[in-house]
Amino acid sequence: MALLEIEELTVDFATAHGLFRAVDRVSLTVDAGEVLAIVGESGSGKSVAMLAVMGLLPWTAKVSATRLAFDGANLLGLSRRQRRNIIGKDIAMIFQEPMSSLNPCFTIGFQIGEALAAHLNLDRKARRDRSIALLQAVGIPDPERRLRSFPHQLSGGMNQRVMIAMALSCRPKLIIADEPTTALDVTIQAQILDLLLELQRETGTALTLITHDMGVVAETAERVAVFYAGQKVEEQDVGPLFADPHHPYTAAVLAALPERAVGRKLPAIGGVVPGQFDRPSGCLFAPRCAYATDLCVVTAPPRQGPELGLALCHYPLRHGRPLSHPRAIPEAAA
Amino acid sequence: MSAPPILVAENLSRHYPLSRGPFASPLVVRAVEGMSFSLEAGKTLAVVGESGCGKSTLARVVTMIDPPTGGSLVIDRADVALADRQTRQKLRSEVQIVFQDPYGSLNPRQKVGTTIEEPLKINRPQMSASERREAARQMMARVGLRPEHYTRYPHMFSGGQRQRIAIARALVLHPRILVLDEPVSALDLSVQAQVLNILADLQSEFGLAYLFISHDLSVVRHMADRVIVMYLGRPVEDGTRDAIFDHPRHPYTRALLSATPVADPSRQKERIRLEGELPSPINPPSGCAFHPRCPLAFERCVRERPELEQKGPVKVACFAVDARGELARTERLSA
Repeated sequence: MALLEIEELTVDFATAHGLFRAVDRVSLTVDAGEVLAIVGESGSGKSVAMLAVMGLLPWTAKVSATRLAFDGANLLGLSRRQRRNIIGKDIAMIFQEPMSSLNPCFTIGFQIGEALAAHLNLDRKARRDRSIALLQAVGIPDPERRLRSFPHQLSGGMNQRVMIAMALSCRPKLIIADEPTTALDVTIQAQILDLLLELQRETGTALTLITHDMGVVAETAERVAVFYAGQKVEEQDVGPLFADPHHPYTAAVLAALPERAVGRKLPAIGGVVPGQFDRPSGCLFAPRCAYATDLCVVTAPPRQGPELGLALCHYPLRHGRPLSHPRAIPEAAA
Repeated sequence: MSAPPILVAENLSRHYPLSRGPFASPLVVRAVEGMSFSLEAGKTLAVVGESGCGKSTLARVVTMIDPPTGGSLVIDRADVALADRQTRQKLRSEVQIVFQDPYGSLNPRQKVGTTIEEPLKINRPQMSASERREAARQMMARVGLRPEHYTRYPHMFSGGQRQRIAIARALVLHPRILVLDEPVSALDLSVQAQVLNILADLQSEFGLAYLFISHDLSVVRHMADRVIVMYLGRPVEDGTRDAIFDHPRHPYTRALLSATPVADPSRQKERIRLEGELPSPINPPSGCAFHPRCPLAFERCVRERPELEQKGPVKVACFAVDARGELARTERLSA
């Protein structure tokens, strides 16, 4: 049984101009001990979907799902109090900006101790010992002294280590890391990713990594879910995804990477992600897709089988060529 | 290269005084030190480095927003420091800049058309309003904005569109040098490719010289002809793109390259792990500024600072690289 089961998760936001669908019938599972990457552009719903799991969305959000279960327990029927017993303890989250997700008014030691006091029945001494051990585990030098530091006294990379220590403090079964390295420099990013994976292997927790960086995905994930405009358009193991993407969006994004380009001209995807008011009625990617037909514009695409990466597409690609496509596609179009 | 370079920087430096109160002598932050390079028409020079390495300060010096505190900056054979006011004004319209954040760099209360026309208003006073409008419309079409965008406000645009507006504003004076300070790092992947393509097209159309400042090595590899790697305000390696990317010599360049994630899961690579953090430019380490994090450092690196010297095909500032440009040592000396 999967650790986290999400079935048909939908999140709507009430805005001044009506409902905005941020997450559109997404199904996803996370197994114990695996590294799943959720990749997508800004506004693709990747963060909102995970915030919905955590129950951290504001009241303007309407969350519905046919099933939302963690470790066998249904998350949908829980009261806020019961939910708080799970989040922060069994599911922990690491956010993008370490500087703004730590409270500037309290010391590092206080903030780590807070999580321990809320979830584990530890006395002051035990909390302090555990805090020191945690800071040591995430590679912060001189942890006794650092407990008394405030976030502004530490660099971005060190603060992100503190966030990781807090996430690990109650030995969670699942860590959700939302763009954990986007705000950091390349060499620090490498340190933090190595640290996250090392700790993940040691403790055997599941790790869900939300990112927009295909390089980070390739180097860390075991399985990848690709999001576009609130939908999960493809899901594959990392190797096959990069070798043979089945959804045209995945293929186009990979082709547009500067490091994969052959010539001076990048094969860019035209247009922009659809917004609230220009959401297509058929396939959401149809206006930007090289293979779109009249069918794609009118009818929402079916979900393909696992052999085709669960692609949400009428004409999924295999080795860069769309299957059963009415038009003849020249070899170079992919 | 028969054409003379448009811009030549010789030993350029920019220091900032940092006050420590009324009784202490001010500290000096050496934000940029000893940068020498030239920009040629139709070529791209990329400057890479992590935050705090001085690459944005360099952009400010080259665009004449900040005067250099040392060295010389020669644009179009005129020395900026010696030029009179009129020449400087003329030179300013030859060098334009596109900033990183398209949300912060456009005036939210100005229409797109007004924003793009403003440089013309200041630098081309002889132009009539209708000529200005025509020039702005042409430039908008050139960067892929539609004519009806002329009367819209910046908040109505996405990040990629805004960056197009910023590029149109920079190019409306037909400058010869464009400084691009992290032009695509705030953009989404699919939009990033669009903007990079526009930049490449404009460069070949107008013969622009680009100073491309970035921390994203895969973008730099795609765009640059020549690359300078900076660490704590100083250049540590300078060479052609292929020399730097195919055979990096300086330990910092090697670490930077190996830390950059590559979108290919089948590639197993050994990662050179850098310990520790970037030191503060206020109080840089003695000798080679990189020595506390360097996997190859030995005693000499602590005492002396290596100069940027021609070693093999590239210029490197490192004692561990020999005169042929090969790594002379492979391990840190435990001293």
